[in-house]
Amino acid sequence: MSETSETSEMPETNGTSESGKPLLPTPSHTVGPFYGYALPFPDGGQIAPKGHPEQITLHGYVYDGAGAPVPDAVLDFWQAAPDGSLTGAPGSMRRDPVTGGHLGRNGTDFTGFGRVATDADGHYALHTLPPGNAGLPYISVCVLARGLLHHLFTRAYLRDGADPLLDSLPAGRRATLVARPDENGTHRTHRFDIRLQGEDETVFLEFV
Amino acid sequence: MALTQSDIDTEIDDLQSTYDKELAAGAAARSHPARDYAPYRSSLLRHPRQPLVAVDGGDPETVELSGPVFGPTDITEIDNDLTRQHPGEPLGERITVSGRLLDRAGRPVRGQLVELWQANASGRYAHLRDQHPAPLDPNFTGVGRTLTDDAGRYTFTTIKPGAYPWRNHTNAWRPAHIHFSLFGTAFTQRLVTQMYFPGDPLFAYDPILRSVTDRAARERLVATYRHELSQPEFSLGYEWDIVLDGPSATWIEEGR
Ligand SMILES: [Fe+3]
Repeated sequence: MSETSETSEMPETNGTSESGKPLLPTPSHTVGPFYGYALPFPDGGQIAPKGHPEQITLHGYVYDGAGAPVPDAVLDFWQAAPDGSLTGAPGSMRRDPVTGGHLGRNGTDFTGFGRVATDADGHYALHTLPPGNAGLPYISVCVLARGLLHHLFTRAYLRDGADPLLDSLPAGRRATLVARPDENGTHRTHRFDIRLQGEDETVFLEFV
Repeated sequence: MALTQSDIDTEIDDLQSTYDKELAAGAAARSHPARDYAPYRSSLLRHPRQPLVAVDGGDPETVELSGPVFGPTDITEIDNDLTRQHPGEPLGERITVSGRLLDRAGRPVRGQLVELWQANASGRYAHLRDQHPAPLDPNFTGVGRTLTDDAGRYTFTTIKPGAYPWRNHTNAWRPAHIHFSLFGTAFTQRLVTQMYFPGDPLFAYDPILRSVTDRAARERLVATYRHELSQPEFSLGYEWDIVLDGPSATWIEEGR
């Protein structure tokens, strides 16, 4: 494969170890407090085309170890399309080539990608379509915040059921990954809080 | 009681020597910072105390083995030139920052979104919450984005950011840095990090840089001055390659 020759031809770089061995990763750093004008983009929480009849909302609060809301977190979301595809689509942050401004999504393609900064109350809201992944439907979440030196991955499962990850967890911890449906039982709105530390600490994941 | 730099230095040195001893005793090198790095005070209440739960990243149905897709509609042509976003020229030393985005197998990560943000030449962010009394520059916002090319290369034109004070402890100053946000081909390869400039005298004092206790890993956060990247009568060139981490499934080809 061409990858092999590319690896061996690679010049010495910041990341290079002895040839043949995997490169060493660039270390993570905190997102800091000042990402506000760089990372969030208009309608970053609106993955579903506006007014789509199947739209669901995932929302909640991010809390620190003292139970205080975290007003300077930014969450990236990734999920399967309703048909189960994981191919995504470009155009999450479409730009206007004339003004450089933000045009937003094109209204039909399902990009599967969302990004929301928490507000002053530590609250976020994501408007999307039901994920159609194999097994229990879930939305993958990447948490970034000032004070967090390395991002955290978690999952918001939209219902409980048999699942290799959930089934591996003690009952108390399992509940932290399952979003609660809204009270009127329409399953259109799901509450998913993220607790970075302490009692009811959210289960965070590593992929091995 | 306000913490002094020397209080923080003591904590940094303790954690450094603990790491150095573990490494010398045969522990695996750790590229990423511990999330509970106390000298960075904001980490105290914001790190999980429970261990992370392992997910089998080799299961092909794992959603996180795929990731967001970006394309030309996500950027405009001058999004990667931070010196051309306003009618006038920004103040400061113009720089060209370029490098390759690679996975751990050394393969270029193509067509992926690179986002960056930074302070201006005076060390001030164009952000309401940055209130320290250094001047704002009406001709500099400090945000850019680009897509990597077929060789995984990204290039930005910007100005060298200044150091800035923060309130971790008394007289805390961040070394000059540029924030980067990166995606790989899998969501598990997500990376947010910071690039530093060679020879900064503030390195030793900064709890954020020092949170990476592995010395070789810290060096990977520092760009290299490259005269070939400097542009005559325009900018000084810095090269910084970025290697995305991720589960072994993202960098070991099946059957190898
Ligand atoms: Fe910064």
